[in-house]
Amino acid sequence: MLRPRIIPCLLVHKGGLVKTQRFTAPKYVGDPINAVKIFNEKEADELMVMDIDASVRHVEPDYGLIKKMAAECRMPLCYGGGIRTPDQAARIIDLGVEKVSLSSAVVHDPGLLTKVASRLGRQSVVATLDVRKVADRSVRYEVYSHNGLARHGAGLLELFDWCQEAGAGEIVVNSIDRDGTMEGYDLDLARAIKQRAKIPVTFLGGAGSHQNIVSLIESCGLVGAAAGSLFVFKGKYRAVLINYPSFEQREVFAASTKLSAKPAYCQSLHTRAP
Amino acid sequence: MIRLVDYGLGNVQAFLNVYRRLGIPAERAVSAQDLRDAERLILPGVGSFDHAMNLLNASGLREPLEDLVLRRRIPVLGVCVGMQMLASRSDEGAEPGLNWIPGSVRALSSATAASQLAMPHMGWNEVDVERVSHLFSRAAEAPRFYFLHSYFFDCEDPAHVVATTGYGLRFASVVSSGNIYGVQCHPEKSHHFGADLLRRFSAVPVC
Repeated sequence: MLRPRIIPCLLVHKGGLVKTQRFTAPKYVGDPINAVKIFNEKEADELMVMDIDASVRHVEPDYGLIKKMAAECRMPLCYGGGIRTPDQAARIIDLGVEKVSLSSAVVHDPGLLTKVASRLGRQSVVATLDVRKVADRSVRYEVYSHNGLARHGAGLLELFDWCQEAGAGEIVVNSIDRDGTMEGYDLDLARAIKQRAKIPVTFLGGAGSHQNIVSLIESCGLVGAAAGSLFVFKGKYRAVLINYPSFEQREVFAASTKLSAKPAYCQSLHTRAP
Repeated sequence: MIRLVDYGLGNVQAFLNVYRRLGIPAERAVSAQDLRDAERLILPGVGSFDHAMNLLNASGLREPLEDLVLRRRIPVLGVCVGMQMLASRSDEGAEPGLNWIPGSVRALSSATAASQLAMPHMGWNEVDVERVSHLFSRAAEAPRFYFLHSYFFDCEDPAHVVATTGYGLRFASVVSSGNIYGVQCHPEKSHHFGADLLRRFSAVPVC
């Protein structure tokens, strides 16, 4: 059966890989091409690369770097950061990238999501929603853009529903509060999102251990589990050591899904529409 | 020489990278001229069925391709939407398919068993080989590949189904008929599983 997707999320800042905490204080952790090579060796499920400067600085994506990463990458690659037009999105796909992620543009230019999905097909379009929790007494989140600097009134659940209709093939929900903390995914957030999801969803922000990933999958079933710090740091002093779960560990994740068992019956191969 | 049919869709470079690492000669074909030395063909494809068929039909590559595949019986591998293009038609669009393997392409969500599942089918899934094929060895390890699609190939003739994959329903993930092969997954982005399949395709015997 389909397995949960375990996804390293790499942040690029000034051409180098960085890690942040709650979207601030970027620390250099290494060379992006080298990281791709290591994830190749570990046969990672897929990779997300986000340029955290491009929207804020209003610059073009770094096509040279994207091309080099795509050439090296033996698994599906998703790139996000600074995409504002369908032409930019198409150019990035042509460089050998499987999916493009729109984030700031989702709130600033709502028509863009549909235009890019029409041009490339929705399977190539990801909406990434960066969120902060509003208050502790209820499960309510607000969406931010431009690397967490610009707050929008948009409530997460309404924007999530809208993205599904508007053409996203996948939605990544990124908890700014949990970013870099390694305290675990926000499971309340994850459950609230998964129950209304008709398309694949991925959660990012807070993963600190393989057990955190197991908890996410046990809570939500088949989802994408993305992580930055977990796959880049090792040990309590956060030494930089790129790592990724083995195939055996990934079997544990797969077993955590309710869908891990083969279906009790198999539809005939020649299923006709009802 | 393996020729990647480059009519404008699909990650052609990713295939070239895999073959380069395997040390197997492969080049893209953008014109009829480029196809002349083809001993194996790969037809990639992503996005919508009609868009892919329209681009292929407008590329100038369709006629030489049909000559190579249908008359000279050069092995061809359709990948993802490239596999769907091998069919007669698709529920996704209005254009006819190549009709090289009879069948219809249907939405996964049209099957009751898959109608409540998230679409597209996205991620790593197992391929259960049901028929002996040059594409698969009898290895102990059940192969798995990366899938990213919302439609599946409903073969008219079950004998053309080589392997199936489960996502709600069990659908044909690998098809073949003579020199014509199709895989629904993305072997060019499926690590050693994909590289093995692409290597084996390069060595399929000519009919």
